[in-house]
Amino acid sequence: MTIVDLAFVLLAAVAILAGWRVFVTDSMVRASFLLLVSFIAVASIMLLLAAPYIGVATIFMMAVEMMVMALFMVAFMMNPAGLNPMMMVHQNRLAIGAGVATFVGLTIAIVMTDLPTRELHPGTPVIHDLGIELLGPSMLIFESAGVTLLAAMIATVVMSARSGRFGPSDEGSRPPGLDRDGAPAGRVPDAEQDDNKSNDGNVDAHGNHGV
Amino acid sequence: MTLMAVLILAAALIGIGLYGALSQQSFVMLMMGFELMLNGVLLAVIGFWALGTGGSPKGQLLAIVVMAVMAVEMAVGFALVTAVYRRRQADTIEGIGTLKQ
Repeated sequence: MTIVDLAFVLLAAVAILAGWRVFVTDSMVRASFLLLVSFIAVASIMLLLAAPYIGVATIFMMAVEMMVMALFMVAFMMNPAGLNPMMMVHQNRLAIGAGVATFVGLTIAIVMTDLPTRELHPGTPVIHDLGIELLGPSMLIFESAGVTLLAAMIATVVMSARSGRFGPSDEGSRPPGLDRDGAPAGRVPDAEQDDNKSNDGNVDAHGNHGV
Repeated sequence: MTLMAVLILAAALIGIGLYGALSQQSFVMLMMGFELMLNGVLLAVIGFWALGTGGSPKGQLLAIVVMAVMAVEMAVGFALVTAVYRRRQADTIEGIGTLKQ
């Protein structure tokens, strides 16, 4: 067993353990940092696989992304610090079954498949090749990814903005009832009635739900 | 470090991510499950690139596209969480039961 193999086994163990702990830890901030650990382990495996550009880019991207995720955790979620034990799961057995079935199925497929064995020649200038590919034959794909990111940015701003150009989009709307002229279907959020009075008036546009 | 080992690790990450995406109640944890699945996909792509196809530059390009998908998923997902929270004060899946009707 060479040192690369040893490093791969260790990093694989770290990636899987950290990925599993993400969903069992009480603290949501800790969960996002555990996910970051898992990502860094995978990125290190990519570095071992002689993909320096993708590996380092993954580390940088995920470091920032997990910071944003931790901020969102603190902003939106109850109990972000994990001071109380907490288990917020539903359909747990089904989910465990689906996860295990996916792993077993994919593993069987991997073991049964006759995998290609053409390995990367050591000393290949991979970053140089990637640059030529990105700005040469595959420029359209690369630019499409860029335009997709721009569209995502615009969509993000539009969706998270407080209101549209002509005011809140669902002002005066009312969910349809299960029978004609019946009461609106679905659960009315418990906090809604109370919050409307204390908030600064931005959420009162749909205060007539359920009356 | 064989291609098979790398792909099995990727399969494990995808399985854990699927478990998280199906079982978690809060939106942000749900998105962590998606991220973990994409993490496995990225590893599988790089594994094939390095150990299966002899380092064709198009493999790295595919990995960059997967990373762009990750970034889009994250940004649009959080925008949806913000929008849902604004309108419904909901931060868990059960909080938006009206979508069932």
